[in-house]
Amino acid sequence: MTVDVHSPESTADHGHHTSLGISNTKLAMWCFIGSECLFFGALISAYLIYINERADGPGAELFDIEFTSASTFILLMSSLSMVLALAGIQAGDMRRFRIWIVATGLMGSVFLAGQIYEFTVFLSEGANVTVSPFWSAFFLLTGFHGVHVAFGILMLIAAWASSLTGRLRMENAETIENLGLYWHFVDVVWILLFTLVYLIPALGGGGS
Amino acid sequence: MTTLAERPSASRSRSPFRRPLAETGLGSWFTTVDHKRIGILYFVSAMVFFVIGGVEALLIRLQLATPDGQVLTIDQYNQIFTMHGLTMVFFAVMPLGSAFFNYLLPLMIGARDVAFPRLNAFSYWVFLAAGLFIYSSVLLGGMPDGGWFGYAPLSLVGGDPLGYTIGDATTTQTIAGNTVAEGQRMVFYSLGLQIAGIASLASAVNFIVTILNMRAPGMTLMRMPVFVWMILIVSFLMLFAMPVIGVALWELMMDTSFGANFFDPAQGGDPVLWQHMFWLFGHPEVYILILPAFGIVSEILPVFSRKPLFGYTAIVFSGIAIGFIGWGVWAHHMFAVGLGPVANSAFGLSTMFIAVPTGIKIFNWIGTMWDGRLRLTTPMLFSIGLVAMFTIGGLSGVTHAVVPHNWQQTDTYYVVAHFHYVLFGGAIFGLMAGAYYWYPKATGRLMNERLGKAHFWIQLVGFNLTFAPHHILGLNGMPRRVATYEDGYGWNFWNLVSTVGAFVIALGVLVFIINLVISYKRGAEAGPDPWDARTVEWLTTSPPPPHNWDQVPNIRARDELWQRKYPTQGQREQVRVPAGGSGELEGDVAPGTTAPTEGTTGATQSPYTISDPGYDKGVRHDVHMPSPSYYPLIAAFGLPIAAYGVIFDQPAGFVFYAVGALLVLGGLFGWVLEPPTDPSAEVAHQ
Ligand SMILES: [Cu+2]
Repeated sequence: MTVDVHSPESTADHGHHTSLGISNTKLAMWCFIGSECLFFGALISAYLIYINERADGPGAELFDIEFTSASTFILLMSSLSMVLALAGIQAGDMRRFRIWIVATGLMGSVFLAGQIYEFTVFLSEGANVTVSPFWSAFFLLTGFHGVHVAFGILMLIAAWASSLTGRLRMENAETIENLGLYWHFVDVVWILLFTLVYLIPALGGGGS
Repeated sequence: MTTLAERPSASRSRSPFRRPLAETGLGSWFTTVDHKRIGILYFVSAMVFFVIGGVEALLIRLQLATPDGQVLTIDQYNQIFTMHGLTMVFFAVMPLGSAFFNYLLPLMIGARDVAFPRLNAFSYWVFLAAGLFIYSSVLLGGMPDGGWFGYAPLSLVGGDPLGYTIGDATTTQTIAGNTVAEGQRMVFYSLGLQIAGIASLASAVNFIVTILNMRAPGMTLMRMPVFVWMILIVSFLMLFAMPVIGVALWELMMDTSFGANFFDPAQGGDPVLWQHMFWLFGHPEVYILILPAFGIVSEILPVFSRKPLFGYTAIVFSGIAIGFIGWGVWAHHMFAVGLGPVANSAFGLSTMFIAVPTGIKIFNWIGTMWDGRLRLTTPMLFSIGLVAMFTIGGLSGVTHAVVPHNWQQTDTYYVVAHFHYVLFGGAIFGLMAGAYYWYPKATGRLMNERLGKAHFWIQLVGFNLTFAPHHILGLNGMPRRVATYEDGYGWNFWNLVSTVGAFVIALGVLVFIINLVISYKRGAEAGPDPWDARTVEWLTTSPPPPHNWDQVPNIRARDELWQRKYPTQGQREQVRVPAGGSGELEGDVAPGTTAPTEGTTGATQSPYTISDPGYDKGVRHDVHMPSPSYYPLIAAFGLPIAAYGVIFDQPAGFVFYAVGALLVLGGLFGWVLEPPTDPSAEVAHQ
């Protein structure tokens, strides 16, 4: 074998080759997450600005706090299983890794199914993006979060599949660590959304 | 590198394509992941867009040359002034900056490529796809016509809701059997800029990681060339500004195409929210456009003044300060909106304050030239041109910060004068300086100096002839964005002067393009270091080999190459020059006379050898460079195809969505599944 001298990408999995000591892919993931903060920040701002712009349409009374609390709990638990999946691959226990990565994906899917169900309920009760700025902002904000969850699930499936074919091995544990960063970030955003969108209007009596 | 090993065995590859391995020939440009070739692609594409935007500018000036101009209809004028702004900002100046970032960043920090070469290729193709997408609107009902700022509610209803100029605004037309509403023009705007934003975001991540992580041994942050610092700051600005405009553009698209109510006041939406989001992106965008040029002149002025940069630390930290304060000034674009005296005062003060770090840079450049032995080459002339012209633009910018004064100027040609002094006199002059300065590095040949100087003087005169009169026109009340004006306001003379000036600029740019083309074959041989420069990109051959260096240089000083050429006598380490000191080194070799031969170790050694003392010659270092790939191109062109799904009615729209999504996802999967470096590719031997 030949010796590798600072060639790009080939150093990506070996953090100690880089100037900061953190691998390129992980640094890139942190940058991306920083950018995503502004992305959701802008969406949340629009939602908060329009929180009372309901025209004559329905408002937050359509929210079903119990239902959304349950799906929120499931999404949070998926963060736990993501941690366990990472621990599995780091320990080289690919069976354990696969169990937990599948569990993460399933819990993410349950959350997503819950969101789709919730959207269909809202639509049937006359709420859609054209009704009022409130609903425009609501659907764009929560919809984009759902897209992020869906993209995460795709990556989880890809990780699971490539561990079956042997492409993903213990040496690639950092790929899962990066995927985990993304997944936890999406969960944290949901905690924020759940609080701002669902809980605060309910606590303030805005829903009634 | 160009000789290839045997073909990959068919059983190995899981890709539907044979991996492209050619690194020469026309086809290789489509699959290249080499940062230098991507830089050249950016440069050529951006120059094409620059010429298109320039022709649009000439049409605008022809229309406004006389009162009651008849060159363009009002509808055409609205499209052309919008596209002039969009083209110059997003498809000329930003990608010209990217061209320099790509070509120079790895060379300046002593790396072999950027951190993610295929992502880099993806950025380029997405940028090109966005440009082609937005210009395809010419054939699909007209180009965007709501201004580059896209203010709601104008952007929602189209330029002519009552149908004064283009017939009934609600008319539709049939394209390929599908109904397309005329009101799609600003949909092209929102989708095209979203796609372009993806390109900027991807490059931002790539450049940040490259700068922070791929530096050569010894290249500490405070030894990095100022240009690299500016790339870092610009990348962070892009990283945080692009998602803000991305959300605003999504909301605009939801309004125009899906009946949402974000910005429609009739439904309770708030058009001012668009302005906030647009300018929260828009002001950092100004620095995204200008800081690369600042970085370029900070490289050029020391070389041709034969002095170290005056106050390196001050320039770096003022750049960082601009990067931070730039987020707190956006509402100076909105003083006339009615935000109230408190907000207006606060943003007026922050806007005055941001002039301070900008002023620091200008004094640093003057300090660099002060008492230097100036060589007035073309790159130096353009750099001095930037310092002078930007100062004028900066001063008129400070006048905008004074709120009552701003109310007088807002939406007049005074503002047009201001930002052209900043973006043409600043950004374009700086980028052209960079083109003359680094052309020999990229091509191995110098650009013609005589033509270069002619270009500079023609452009300087033409530029001032065009834009200085705008100050007067604006203060005399001429509103901007008007398609025509009546006789009798006293605006005729200066408008005519401005139009003449615009054609003088066009002549200058023509000379520039001719120079670029003829010097490629006929320019004088440059050698590795034609300017007697200071930074390490001049250490390697011109043009550099695909892997940049056989051995990555060890960096021991801020002006590493200068220190190798003119080592301080008796001292291995660079003497720390007090901030602001002239940095004249004792025993300095007379400038530009000889290529010194004494290396720091005392052995007879050219400073241009890429090997370092201490490099173990016993170890055989082979370099795996990333292999070319089809996937960035495939994934990138899926984006505009999916975007046509929004433009076209169903069912054709669904076909576009499906094909686009398939290309993007398929491209990404193929990308992930192929190794960065094909195992069968030849390695470059040391
Ligand atoms: Cu501004």
